[in-house]
Amino acid sequence: MSQSFNPADVRKAIIDQQKAQDRRKMLLNGVLLLLLLAAPFAMYPVFLMKILCFALFAVAFNLLFGFTGLLSFGHAAFLATGGYTTGYLLSNYSGLTTEVGIIAGTLVATALGLAFALLSIRRQGIYFAMVTLALAQLVYFFFVQSEFTGGEDGMHGIPRGHLFGLIDLSKNLNMYYFVLAVFIGCYLLVQRIVSSPYGQVLKAIKQNEPRAVSLGYNVDRYKVLAFVISAALAGLAGSMKSVVFQLASLNDAHWHMSGEVILMTLVGGMGTLLGPVVGATFVVNIEYQLSQGPLRDWVNPILGGIFVLTVLAFRSGIVGEIQKFLRKNLG
Amino acid sequence: MSEQYVLETRNLVKEFKGFVAVDNVNLQVRQGDIHALIGPNGAGKTTVFNLLTKFLSPTRGQILYHGEDITSLKSAAIARKGIVRSFQISAVFPHMTALENIRIALQTAEGTSFSFWKSGASLNRLNQRCMELLDSVGLIEFANTTTVELAYGRKRALELATTLAMEPKLLLLDEPTQGMGSEDVERVVELVRKAAAGRTVLMVEHNLSVVSKLCDRITVLAQGAVLTEGDYQAVSADPRVREVYMGSDGSGERGGKSPAEQAEAAQ
Repeated sequence: MSQSFNPADVRKAIIDQQKAQDRRKMLLNGVLLLLLLAAPFAMYPVFLMKILCFALFAVAFNLLFGFTGLLSFGHAAFLATGGYTTGYLLSNYSGLTTEVGIIAGTLVATALGLAFALLSIRRQGIYFAMVTLALAQLVYFFFVQSEFTGGEDGMHGIPRGHLFGLIDLSKNLNMYYFVLAVFIGCYLLVQRIVSSPYGQVLKAIKQNEPRAVSLGYNVDRYKVLAFVISAALAGLAGSMKSVVFQLASLNDAHWHMSGEVILMTLVGGMGTLLGPVVGATFVVNIEYQLSQGPLRDWVNPILGGIFVLTVLAFRSGIVGEIQKFLRKNLG
Repeated sequence: MSEQYVLETRNLVKEFKGFVAVDNVNLQVRQGDIHALIGPNGAGKTTVFNLLTKFLSPTRGQILYHGEDITSLKSAAIARKGIVRSFQISAVFPHMTALENIRIALQTAEGTSFSFWKSGASLNRLNQRCMELLDSVGLIEFANTTTVELAYGRKRALELATTLAMEPKLLLLDEPTQGMGSEDVERVVELVRKAAAGRTVLMVEHNLSVVSKLCDRITVLAQGAVLTEGDYQAVSADPRVREVYMGSDGSGERGGKSPAEQAEAAQ
């Protein structure tokens, strides 16, 4: 039996398979990139930017939920913190270029993520979700009470400014390509993280945590890092969003937003790279379409129904189900 | 002179809300031995294991490893010291391939486990060692198979190979043959024998024929306390051992037979 399985051949086969997978991934990414580059000429750029910001938010969330197995119910806090910080800086310090405001927003969200992680990471399952929810509510009420956020009214008229002091972002097309570039960078980063040595450890922790511990991994540290990266990217999504809409509001900090990102990730397919992107596109579109028609008061019940349906019947989400189908039919 | 023992516990106690699961256990594991921990169901064997690897914290007592007090170390740190455990139920990473399972263990020593910016291809240089380990447990043709699709016996073999990838100095095996048919049991006995070369092994085992074939020394636990200790001959001749096995439940379950009878039946 073992004669027919030469170790060197098997090793080569595994590496060839990895290469084939990478090629397929590249091809798919290439096609999507072309579509995204052409998209603003067919659709309203601000709407596309909204999708991209939420897609980035969901990608960030999925790194923690889909790839590490941690369900955070407080990710709205990072989205809002990124948004408010960037909004505040760009509104009050006219000398700042846009990217500085965005980087600052991301950094503050990252720091908040670290604080959340240190306080919550030792809890498991539902307790972890509850601690993150409680902390996010704390942040929400801080924003409600603070004057700089404009409270219930929100923060308006955030200037888009000039990127690197050169490119005028008040032009929608410029803004769109900037958002697209940031999104692609983050997407590729997450793709890299997931396949990196660190990503392998995350996978192991998700699949069998006690075993990972018994192999010498200090799992809490790995989880904290995943949480911090996820919070950073969520903060970046919030920062971008506040610049795109020139607005930062309490909506972003509300726990509804934490729920919505779970919905996007589940509908699209948790634990897949493209899933959250598809999910965000789907949810943002549904919300927009419904709000235009006679069903506009029914947006939340309909989203709720989709959520239930996904959890009951399509556990793997849109992308997950497509992957399963392809695997079954194409070997 | 505690230096001659690889692992030693001193008056180890674990209480759960007044219930004493482990009662003043003094365990001494000698260098190079295959040491078995046996006893009827509920005797506290797995609890002792969990204490040794700090999956549970002892209420009182000390754990020494080569004479060094490791009672306060965390699980992961204990593993990095070379005390690596297996689990009663098979502990694999189900949605990774067999090769990836082993690579996770090898990766600990690489020092790149936090490198989230590095390409996954950087791990490919560990593949050769993975293949050697897979070969040693007869799983080479399953290298690229997702673990969840492997048969139970093969999962346990994979688990053992993963544990060995850590180059453990002290191997803790929690019922390595549990739930296996007799053919698989034979294979695992061989694997454990091979794995034990140059190492010390402490194993919990129900199957007494396995114990009689493999183990140099046996500690019998009953109701959380050490009942007796010695080699197989001495232990199986001890009337108290017969009594706890017979007395604990006469229902014809595994524990219902005396060790000697069980060994005979299995041979």
